[in-house]
This record gives sequence, C-alpha cells and structure tokens, in this order.
Amino acid sequence: MSTTTEPKVSPTQDTPFVIGDRTFRSRLIVGTGKYRDNASMVASIRASGADMVTVAVRRVDLDRSKEEAILHHLDPDEFFLLANTAGCYTADEAIRYARLARAAGFNEWIKLEVIGDERTLLPDVQATLEAARVLVDEGFKVMAYTNDDLIMALRLEDAGCVSVMPLASPIGSGLGLVNPFYIREIKERLQVPVIVDAGVGTASDACATMEQGVDGVLMNTAIAAADDPVAMADAMRLGVRAGRLAYLAGRMPRREIAVPSSPTRGMLD
Amino acid sequence: MTETTIPLVVNGKDHRITRGATVRGLLDELDLVPGMVVVEYNREILPRKEYDQVELQPGDRLELVHFVGGG
Repeated sequence: MSTTTEPKVSPTQDTPFVIGDRTFRSRLIVGTGKYRDNASMVASIRASGADMVTVAVRRVDLDRSKEEAILHHLDPDEFFLLANTAGCYTADEAIRYARLARAAGFNEWIKLEVIGDERTLLPDVQATLEAARVLVDEGFKVMAYTNDDLIMALRLEDAGCVSVMPLASPIGSGLGLVNPFYIREIKERLQVPVIVDAGVGTASDACATMEQGVDGVLMNTAIAAADDPVAMADAMRLGVRAGRLAYLAGRMPRREIAVPSSPTRGMLD
Repeated sequence: MTETTIPLVVNGKDHRITRGATVRGLLDELDLVPGMVVVEYNREILPRKEYDQVELQPGDRLELVHFVGGG
C-alpha cells in the first residue's frame, strides 16, 4: 500500500475511440488532399496526431510521374487508410469506387460519399443509403457522409454503417458548425460513432463541434488550405482535444444574469 | 499479314500494345508497380495474381487506378 499522497486526479476518463472493430488513438481524422506539396502533407498529418487518414481513388495519370501516388509518401503501416468515394454522383459509381479501393488490398473500409449537387456538394442521401446497403452486404465497413438529418442518420445506422458522418457545413466551405442542435440530436439517438465530416474552418470550430459530444471530427481543407498547414494541424489537434475534454467535463449551465465569482460577504463597510 | 500491335483503351485513351502482351506486360511498359495499382479489366476488377495470366485482346478497356490525396 502506498503511503505517499497522490495528487487528486480528475475522475473524468475518456472511453476508447472505437469504430467497427478498430480502436483509434485520435478523434481527429484528416484528409490528404489539396496540400501544396507532399512534404507539407506528411508533416501536417503528423502534427494533427491523426492515425486515420482519407485518400481518394483516381486514374493513374499515364503522362506524369509516379509522384502523385499517395503511397509514395504515406506509410500504410503508420496510418490507417480510409478510401473515399469522393466525386461520385450515383450509387453505382460509388459502389464501383469502393470495390476498386478494397482491391488495393489494405482494408475493407470505405468513406461513402455520394454527392447530389455540384454547387453545394451536399450529399444525395437517397443514393448514399442505397449504396450503403449494397456495400454493407458485400462486407464493407461503411462510414457514411451525410446531411445533418436525424432520419437519414438513423436509416444509415439501420443499414449497418459502422459510423455516420453528418456535415458541419458544406465540404471545403470552412463555415463551421451551422447546426449544433441537429448534430447533438443525431449523437443522442445513434449507437454507432458519429463523426462530423466537412465544414470545419478553424480550431474553434473543431472545439465547438467536439463540445457537442460527437465521437470525432474529419477535416481536410481547413488544414491543407491554411497559410501554415502544420501549425493549423497542431491547432486542430488541440481544438479537438479541448472540445472533447470540455464535453466530458460537463459545462456550467448558461444563465442570463451574472453571478459573482467572489464572496458577497466580508465586504468592508 | 497480322498486325504486331493491338488497340486498347487505357484510362480512357487509345493505346497500342504488342500482340500477346499480358496485363503485367502493360504495367511494366507503363512503368507501374503492380502492388501500387488496381486494374479494372473490361469493368471487372482483376485480381493481382491474374496479371500474368490475362492476355490482352484488341479493344480491351482497362482502368488503372491508385490512391491519391483526398478528403
């Protein structure tokens, strides 16, 4: 038995971040697109602390060097590769991309994304659900990008998705969390991890998003398009951590009148 | 007289290759590492172990894809 006085530790303990059958260290998932160069991409991802990164499936450009292949720069033993179906506008197209991604041989996970509109890049949720059902049936672990719509989130969960990923705001917009109430309600009602995907613009957005109690945040442009992506990646790591801790800590109630912090008794005459 | 090359469509572009070449031969010619690409052969994903066996036919359509940066 220890006789030394241990400092009192906070009773707040986080639970492991588990999606499907895998546990991840970081609640921040990052994309690998839009970086100025590969060195800054790798440095930024390391600074973010993310262990899961998203990649896209595209034709090999036969007129160019092999430099564009992400695997020349990212070690699949260091990062868990989550392939996406970005750029797909139909369920069939997304299914085709998912199968190609799985054939690369790393894992059977897919970030399912079926876009319904070019201007807003908002998801076609009907096609997403259709594709999710097919892919789950084929043994994929589907993480589904969707709108901040509770009913569709529930249907995607019912379809067997391992995670449902509502947007904070449109892809690449940096508008931050536009509907915290809907996001909280989705988190409240789903059993599978809820990861907010798209729309985060800066560290306070990441923090505010995590404060809603969601399980994680996925972002790309906010880091890649910052003036200093490595510094922003570090800021995002801290923002996600701060938001998670604040959520677990339980915030004070909001009041519309002031309550003094110092004693009202003991004042001089 | 038999032509010595056959026409293919590779990643949406016309491409000619020596008659009798396999998928593996095409990848070698394009300087692509088989482990780094996925091949869709006439709309079907081709398992890597079959790259050496499949002999390309005139008019075959191939998609050679890989992972690139994305969000």
